[in-house]
Amino acid sequence: MNYLRMAGQFVVIATLFAAVAAFSDWPAYRQIPRGSAIVMLTFVHGADRKAECRRLTPQEIAKLPPNMRRVEDCPRGRRPIYVELDLNKKTLFSKSLPPTGLAGDGPSRVYQRFVVPAGKYDIAVRMRDTPRTDGFDYSGEQAVTLVPDQMFVIDFRAERGAFVFR
Amino acid sequence: MIRAFRSVLRHGFELIERPFDRLFGPALNPLAQLGALGFFFFWIVTISGIYLFIFFDTGIERAYESVQYISQDQWFHAGVMRSLHRYAADLMVVMVATHLLRQFAYDQYRGVRWFSWFTGLPMIWLLYGSGITGYWLVWDKLAQYVAITTSELLDRLPIFGEPIARNFISTGTLTSRFFTLMVFMHIAVPLFLLFVMWVHILRISRPKINPPRMLAAISLLALIAVSLWKPALSQGHVDLAKAPVEIGLDWFYLPLYPLADTWGKGGVWAFLGAFSLMIGFMPWLPPLRRARAAEVDLAHCNGCARCAEDCPYEAIRMVARTDGLPFPSQAQVNASLCTSCGICVGACPSSTPFRRSEELRTGIDLPDYNLKTLRERTIEAAKMLDGSNRALVFACEHGGARSLDGVVRLPCVAMAPPSLFDFVLSRDLADGVVIAGCAESACFNRLGIAWTQQRIAGTRDPYLRTRVPRERIAMILGSALEARRVAAEIATFAEKLATFPRKILRSPQSTPSISSREEPVPSQVGIAP
Repeated sequence: MNYLRMAGQFVVIATLFAAVAAFSDWPAYRQIPRGSAIVMLTFVHGADRKAECRRLTPQEIAKLPPNMRRVEDCPRGRRPIYVELDLNKKTLFSKSLPPTGLAGDGPSRVYQRFVVPAGKYDIAVRMRDTPRTDGFDYSGEQAVTLVPDQMFVIDFRAERGAFVFR
Repeated sequence: MIRAFRSVLRHGFELIERPFDRLFGPALNPLAQLGALGFFFFWIVTISGIYLFIFFDTGIERAYESVQYISQDQWFHAGVMRSLHRYAADLMVVMVATHLLRQFAYDQYRGVRWFSWFTGLPMIWLLYGSGITGYWLVWDKLAQYVAITTSELLDRLPIFGEPIARNFISTGTLTSRFFTLMVFMHIAVPLFLLFVMWVHILRISRPKINPPRMLAAISLLALIAVSLWKPALSQGHVDLAKAPVEIGLDWFYLPLYPLADTWGKGGVWAFLGAFSLMIGFMPWLPPLRRARAAEVDLAHCNGCARCAEDCPYEAIRMVARTDGLPFPSQAQVNASLCTSCGICVGACPSSTPFRRSEELRTGIDLPDYNLKTLRERTIEAAKMLDGSNRALVFACEHGGARSLDGVVRLPCVAMAPPSLFDFVLSRDLADGVVIAGCAESACFNRLGIAWTQQRIAGTRDPYLRTRVPRERIAMILGSALEARRVAAEIATFAEKLATFPRKILRSPQSTPSISSREEPVPSQVGIAP
């Protein structure tokens, strides 16, 4: 094999490899338009159970197998939660979130992001996790100035019983 | 529709492969070594990965710094290794994708080949799993994007109670254990990939898992040169308070990630599911009409094992004799692995057209195209020839001569036993023999061309007799796209035949079957020496 041919082979392979290297980080991908920011509404929260625990009658307890006898019957299923998010008094998100899990006994969850132009916003978020049909059990408001590319997160902490903005 | 797409793709490959054949030669043509190159890049990724692991720190803060140390302070060894690691991984994707398309284009994925095709599917998933977990470890902006988008994709599946992506929305939610887990994943997934790669080639006889040394050396040098020219670098430390909005994506590993923004996560999963289903079912869609598998005729089989040795699909194995004849073994065909290529017929020493028995039989034969039929077709085709330059063409049905008139078509040129060429010349059926195979770097039956060359050269049983004038045999190789060139080379060879002195061969009956190991291989470019 002559050296010229080998050089040709090297050039062809190196060119192909260089093309692969180039496409390994080019062209750049822009996820959101310039001058935009992301508002992310995300939390996990379990609502109350659908029904209260009920004390079983002695007859009902007697009917149960001996190793499965219990005093109370507590339905596993949870209620959905209802969440609303407003930006500058305009509702951006309103949804009833069902519980997770095959038996519907897991917490409800939300993970939603909104791409908005950078700027000043009045953010209001509300949640209902009880059987009530009007009004809300939790709410939070904050005025923010979003800078370009910022990720503004709205979380909920059940232990604090409040929404967290960060 | 599938057939039309395959035809277009095949033409495309043949157009690209021929210039590569000319530059590299069929033995070094990278397009004929895609699987072997895939293995080669896997080993580069493995070795460079082990080297990088020495310097990598799995701490949440130290991960990024350790990668920066690798790329900047130690660029001349660890930095180069990082680039080799990344680009070799990218090249694995390129090799896998091209290999898949080429196997599809050449219709080498159906029938008995379903197993290798089907096991290639989990390889694709594992390859992407390996690459994507690797990008997390760098913990730069790209890692942040990959982590968030991958988590969001996984969260779309009804598996996880709490969204995984919530781990990446603020600082303080991640611990160093996360990196330990990712390192474990980045090692475990490629190990599993290697296992599946082994399964992938299980049913292939003489699989090519190492490229020719020269090609490997050139590839490694080219990879090092590219790594020095464009070192793989990080894209800035993760900032969870800011969205990773503009990222240099690896388009080989992450082409679907931007689509998650357009199609939604469910759309991406639907695409992946449809793609996997399509790839998985393709060997059976549309149904492949297969010729019947080769059959062994024990009365003519002496258990020499040449058929088992030559079968490219490991469809023949030698088992204990069952008919009481004084031979230790006999050939047994596994019909589910047989492609009816006929290479075993050409390998059987009983396959000689000189046999005078009423019904020409051999030790192993194709029910739909047996040796008797081959001899009859050869004689018929020879009757069509006249003049002093009669060239009888044995054409591979996948090669450039398949559509020419008056040729004897074969599923593979290696189906023709060397004694058939002797038969043609010694019985004066023709003045010369052309063995027109498919392109050497794209042999449909993988080993048909090589075996034929070796049989004629006298380096592989059954040998072509020494008395057969080699200058009257030409091997012309060309794809279906090269029909015009192949026809021209056959015509040139025929013209040359007219200039040879009249041939005089001894009677086959008076000449004992003598093997020779010293005869040259006939010309591969058309004209015998």
